[in-house]
Amino acid sequence: MPFESLSDRLQDSLKKIKGQSQLTEANMDEMLREIRLALLEADVNFNVVKEFIKNTKEKALGQDVLGSLKPGQVVVKVVHDELVTLLGTEASELDLSRDMNVIMMVGLQGSGKTTTSGKIAKYLTDKKAKKPLLVAADIYRPAAVDQLVTLGKQLDIPVFEKGTDIKAEDIVTQALAYAKENHHDVVIVDTAGRLHIDEPLMQELRNIKEIAQPSDVLLVVDSLTGQDIVNVASSFHESLTITGAVLTKLDGDSRGGGALSIRHITGVPIKFIGTGEKLDAIDMFYPDRMADRILGMGDVVSLVEKVQDVYDEKDAMKTMNRMKQGTFGLDDMLEQMHQMKKLGPLSGVLKMIPGMPKIPEINDDDTDKKMKQTESIIFSMTPSERRDPSLLNAKRKERIAKGCGRTVADINKLLKQFEQSKLMMKQLSSLNPETGMPMTQGKSQFQVNPNRKKERHKKKKKK
Amino acid sequence: MGIFKRIKDSLVGQSTKQSEKYVAGLDKSRSSFSSKINELAARYRELDEDYFEELENILIMSDVGVSMVMTIVDEIKKEVRLQGIVDPKEINDIIVDKMFVIYANESYMTTKINEAKEGLTVILMVGVNGAGKTTTIAKLSNKLKQEGKSVMVAAGDTFRAGAIDQLATWASRLDIPCVKGKEGGDPSAVVFDAIEQAMASEVDVLICDTAGRLQNKVNLMNELEKMNRIIQRTIPEGPHETLLVIDATTGQNGVSQAKEFSKITDVTGLVLTKMDGTAKGGIVLSIKDELNIPVKFIGLGESLDDLEEFDLEQYIYGLCQNLMGE
Ligand SMILES: Nc1nc2c(ncn2[C@@H]2O[C@H](COP(=O)(O)OP(=O)(O)OP(=O)(O)O)[C@@H](O)[C@H]2O)c(=O)[nH]1
Ligand SMILES: [Mg+2]
Repeated sequence: MPFESLSDRLQDSLKKIKGQSQLTEANMDEMLREIRLALLEADVNFNVVKEFIKNTKEKALGQDVLGSLKPGQVVVKVVHDELVTLLGTEASELDLSRDMNVIMMVGLQGSGKTTTSGKIAKYLTDKKAKKPLLVAADIYRPAAVDQLVTLGKQLDIPVFEKGTDIKAEDIVTQALAYAKENHHDVVIVDTAGRLHIDEPLMQELRNIKEIAQPSDVLLVVDSLTGQDIVNVASSFHESLTITGAVLTKLDGDSRGGGALSIRHITGVPIKFIGTGEKLDAIDMFYPDRMADRILGMGDVVSLVEKVQDVYDEKDAMKTMNRMKQGTFGLDDMLEQMHQMKKLGPLSGVLKMIPGMPKIPEINDDDTDKKMKQTESIIFSMTPSERRDPSLLNAKRKERIAKGCGRTVADINKLLKQFEQSKLMMKQLSSLNPETGMPMTQGKSQFQVNPNRKKERHKKKKKK
Repeated sequence: MGIFKRIKDSLVGQSTKQSEKYVAGLDKSRSSFSSKINELAARYRELDEDYFEELENILIMSDVGVSMVMTIVDEIKKEVRLQGIVDPKEINDIIVDKMFVIYANESYMTTKINEAKEGLTVILMVGVNGAGKTTTIAKLSNKLKQEGKSVMVAAGDTFRAGAIDQLATWASRLDIPCVKGKEGGDPSAVVFDAIEQAMASEVDVLICDTAGRLQNKVNLMNELEKMNRIIQRTIPEGPHETLLVIDATTGQNGVSQAKEFSKITDVTGLVLTKMDGTAKGGIVLSIKDELNIPVKFIGLGESLDDLEEFDLEQYIYGLCQNLMGE
C-alpha cells in the first residue's frame, strides 16, 4: 500500500512492539525496516535513507525509555529529531542585503521556475516592500516569454524581455542596466528549463551567473521527483553553487521526500515551497514543520499561523466561542465560509491535518456560486432555525425549499455540510494556540522527561 | 530460442524499429544487453545476498516502487534456486525474463496509436503540471504527419499563462491547424469547436492539449471529465487514445497519478518524457503492474523528432545499467 501516510506505517510498526517493554536489537531492526520502506515510498533518496537508518539506530539504541514513555514513542521522537536534523532547523530567508539583489531561478524543464519567479516577485512586493524586476531569459521554449509577460501583467510587476533572437546572457546584461536605471532593488531572472547533463546549456547558466553576480541562485524542484533528485541537485550545485532550493507542487499528494534529500545532498536550505498554481501560493519553508508533515502529523503550526494572518480575529473568536458553547449555528457557518474564501489556498494546508474532514476545494467561481446558493437557503430560514438546525423537520424543509426556490435535497446537502463544518471548527478550536498541536494528544506523545539525565545518573551510581 | 525471446515475440507481435537515437539515449556504449549483464557477472563470483541487495538497490534508485522491487527480486531468487544456479554468469536471462514477464503480465503490448475505424481519431493528452504534454503533442503530431496523416491540435490548456501560444507556435512550425479559445475560457468549449472543425475539414487525427493538473484537485479533475464527456457526445467511442504524460523523474507519486487519471478518463497509454536525462522512469513498472497501463512512447529531447516508440528490452536494460558496471 504505497500511499498510506508515513505515520500510519510507523504506527503499524510501533504496534508490533507495543507490548514489549524493551527495545531489543531485533524489534528495533524490524521497526527500522518499516521506517526504511516508508521513507523510500515517500521518495526520500536511497542514499539518504541509508544514512538516516544508521543514525537512527545508533541514537535509538542509546536511549533510555523512561516514565510513561513507550519504546515506540522514543523511536518516533528519535526519527522526528533525525528528520529535523536532516532538513535543518531554521527557516532561511532570501539574501536581500545589497542595493540590487539578483535572484537566478534554475532547474529542470517544467519544475515551476516561471511560476515561482512570479510568486517570489509578488512576495517581495507585498511582504518586503521591494520593487522587483522580472527578466525573461528563456529564449528556447516556445512562448516562455509570453508566459512571464502574462504573469507580470497579472501582478502588475514589470517584465524585462528582448524576445528570443538574442543570447540569454545579453538579455541579462541589458536587464541589469535597466534595473539600475529604474531603481529596482531586486532582479529575478527566469531561465530556461534544462537537463543537468546538458553541458552547453549549463555553461549558459554559468555565464549568466558570472554576469549577474546573483545574491541567490535558487534551484526549483518539483516535489513529485523521485530518486533522480540526487543527480539533479548535485549537478546543479556543482555547476552553479546554488544558495537555496524551492520545492514546488506541494499541494499535490506526493510526500515530498525529495525535500529531505536536497539539503542532505547539497547542504543548502530550502527557502520556499509552492503550494498551488495561483501566484500567492508560496510559503517560507519551516524544516521542523516539514518533519511533522512527513511524519504524517500535519502541518498544524503553519496552519495556525496562516489562520492568524488572514482570519479576522474577532469574528473567529466569536465563532470559536460559539463552538465551545455548543451554539454553532448556520449563520456562523456562513460567516466561516466567507472567512474560508479569504483564506484561499489555506484549503491546501487544512488538508494536511490528519483527521480533518474533507473540505470542498476552494475555487473562486465555484465558491461564489455555492455561497449564493447557501445564502439563499439560509436566508429563507427563521432565526431560530438558523441557530438550531435540528429544528428542521420535513415540513419546515419544504417551506424553506419553496421560499428559496431550491429542493429539499439541496437543503439536506447544506445540513450535511453544516455537520462537517461543525466538526472542523471543533478540531480547530481544540488546537493548542501555542504549539498548534491538538491539545488532547500533543502533550503526552512527545513530552520528554526533563529529569531524564539526572535519573540516568542515579541509575549509574546505584550500579 | 530463449524464453525471453519467445515471450516477447508472442506478446509484442511486431517488434519496433530502434532508431540510433534511442539506443544512444539508453545505451551510450552500444554494447548489447546480455554482454553488459555478463560484465556484472564478472564482478560477483557467486549469487549471494550482496548480489541481490545490489540488484534491489539499483531498482529502487530507478524509482521502481519498493514493493515491486521486492516482488521482482523475490521472483528472480526463486527462479535461481529452482534452477540451481550459483554462477552469476547464468542469471542474465532470468533477470530479463522475469522483469519482462512482470511487465508484460499476459497483456498484449502495442505501441501503435489506437485509430478510429473510420473518420476522426481523437487523442487526449493528460497529466500533472510540467510533465511535458504540450511538447509531446508537437512531437506526436510530427510523427503522425510523417506517417502521412493530417493532424489538427486543440489548445485545451486555457489556464496556464502562455500555454495557448506555446502550442500555437509548435503548430505553425509543423504547419498544422491549431484551434484556440480564450485564455481563461472553458477548455471543453475549445475541444468541442476543435472536433467540429476537425470533422468539417476531414483531418485524420485531432490531438487535444489539456492544462496540467495535480490528480488530487477535485475541481480540475471534474473539468477533465467534462472535456472527456464533450468528446464522447460527438464521437461515442472517443477519445480513441488518452495518453497520460509522466515525467521520468517522477517518484512514487506516479502510481497515484495513473490511478486518479484512470478514474476520470480511460487512460490507454503512458508517454514517459525526459528520458534523455539521468532518471530511469522505473515507476512505469509499478504503474503497469497495478493498473495495467502500458508505455507507448518515450520522450528523449526537446526537438520534434525526439519521440520514440517504447521498447521494453531497451528499457529494462536501462534500468539495470548500473548493475552492469560503468
Ligand atoms: N499545483 C501547482 N502547480 C504549480 C506549482 N508551481 C508551478 N506549477 C505549475 O507547473 C507547471 C510548470 O510551471 P512553469 O512555471 O511553467 O515551470 P518552468 O520550470 O518555468 O517550465 P519550463 O520553463 O517549461 O522549464 C505550470 O502548469 C504551473 O502552473 C505549484 O506549486 N503547485
Ligand atoms: Mg519557464
